Amino acid sequence: MVVRENFENNLQELQDKMVEMGELTVSSLEKAFTALKTQDVELALKVIEEDTAIDIIETEINQFAIWLMAKEQPVARDLRIMIGALKISSDIERIADFGVNIAKATIKIGVANTLLDLTKLEQMKDVSIDMFHKAVKSFFEENIMLAKEVGDLDDLVDNYYDETYKSITGYLREHPEETNQLAQLLFVNRYLERTADHITNIAESAAYLIKGRKYDLNH
Amino acid sequence: MNTTVMGSNKEVRKGKLSQMNDQSADKAKISVNDLDLFYGEKQALYRVSLDIQEKEVTALIGPSGCGKSTFLRTLNRMNDLIDGVKISGEIEIDNENIYQSSDVIKLRTKVGMVFQKPNLFPMSIFDNVAYGPRMQGIKNKKELNKIVEESLRGAAIWDEVKDRLKTSALGLSGGQQQRVCIARAIAMKPAVILMDEPTSALDPISTLKVEELIANMKKDYTIVIVTHNMQQAARISDKTAFFLNGEVIEYDETSNIFSMPKDQRTEDYVTGRFG
Repeated sequence: MVVRENFENNLQELQDKMVEMGELTVSSLEKAFTALKTQDVELALKVIEEDTAIDIIETEINQFAIWLMAKEQPVARDLRIMIGALKISSDIERIADFGVNIAKATIKIGVANTLLDLTKLEQMKDVSIDMFHKAVKSFFEENIMLAKEVGDLDDLVDNYYDETYKSITGYLREHPEETNQLAQLLFVNRYLERTADHITNIAESAAYLIKGRKYDLNH
Repeated sequence: MNTTVMGSNKEVRKGKLSQMNDQSADKAKISVNDLDLFYGEKQALYRVSLDIQEKEVTALIGPSGCGKSTFLRTLNRMNDLIDGVKISGEIEIDNENIYQSSDVIKLRTKVGMVFQKPNLFPMSIFDNVAYGPRMQGIKNKKELNKIVEESLRGAAIWDEVKDRLKTSALGLSGGQQQRVCIARAIAMKPAVILMDEPTSALDPISTLKVEELIANMKKDYTIVIVTHNMQQAARISDKTAFFLNGEVIEYDETSNIFSMPKDQRTEDYVTGRFG
């Protein structure tokens, strides 16, 4: 007999909810970026609408974790999993909000005549999503190497951020008539950089679960 | 009685688990070194070494039969009463090796004990608490009154029993009886109080009252408690020792034991995945 089988099942349920929340969030980011790239306002509106589902799962995770703490009185690793679930769900919720922010920027840009090349921003988004998968995996599989990798990738995102900032502000000087679009893209640049920071927080929660102490990956 | 006390070995101190925890600044109240205990041929404790600090609560946890109660009972030589017990190693309380001194009465005055079930004598509340002091020769009524009141106050039961001191102690509830047992132990003015699962027979509210009492008693006494209730150990103790098969697997600050134990076996036990 597995001791505490019921509790193990509950922990699995908690993990499943986190996975579901993560998948919806990645999908939201992807859709938001596609909407931006293709200037698809309809899709952007859909991203905003679908964010409610992510907020609901976050609330469910919080309530479930609190209930498990009350009924199981977890200690040691079990307790760190609960703390991780609470912190990570909060980070994922923030990441989903950045997807919404990108969608809102898309709506504000509207249908521009010419859209700036988004390659760098797209790379940031791709690296961020890769980081997200690694961070969540490092938590579930208790893999500290993956958490460290996330910290390194965050540095890469920071570099992209600086480059993109310079390139957009440079372009803005030459094309002041594009201020609206460029200002929104500067925001998107910032949202993606902040997304990567929250993903790094997830990796830090994973490191806390594994090592039992604070691990600063965001330097 | 066939209790053999074998030689001591100070050389082993460097291997002491407690010294991993940087406690060197505090002088230990109780210092246990390399303690082995046998019930006949069966070994019940293996090279137990740990320091217990003064005016702290130290919890002993572990599965049934792991040796934690046996260990607790070595601290006031209760195991002397069992035939065929052999003990080696040393236990010092205030730098005095308790197995080299022959004065067990004096030891048990200094090291009081509270058991799993309240074991009051079939006499009045007053006489229960005054029993020990009377045995020590205190006859003066005024002095006895003072000791009884102070002890019952110390055990947080005075207000509940002050008007019925002359009635039978066995008429009290289980939780009240246990606190009178604690008062009876306090009446001897011990330095150390050993508690062997003192709340396992009590209801949850009485349990919390005794826990509260233990937390308050810490300022005056060194307390060593065996408990099966891990949440209780987490709530009331400063340090926790995890026993398994007669060995101390891990001894550390209670917060470390319950948040980040170093040994996988401790982790498995405190998270309830043992076995």
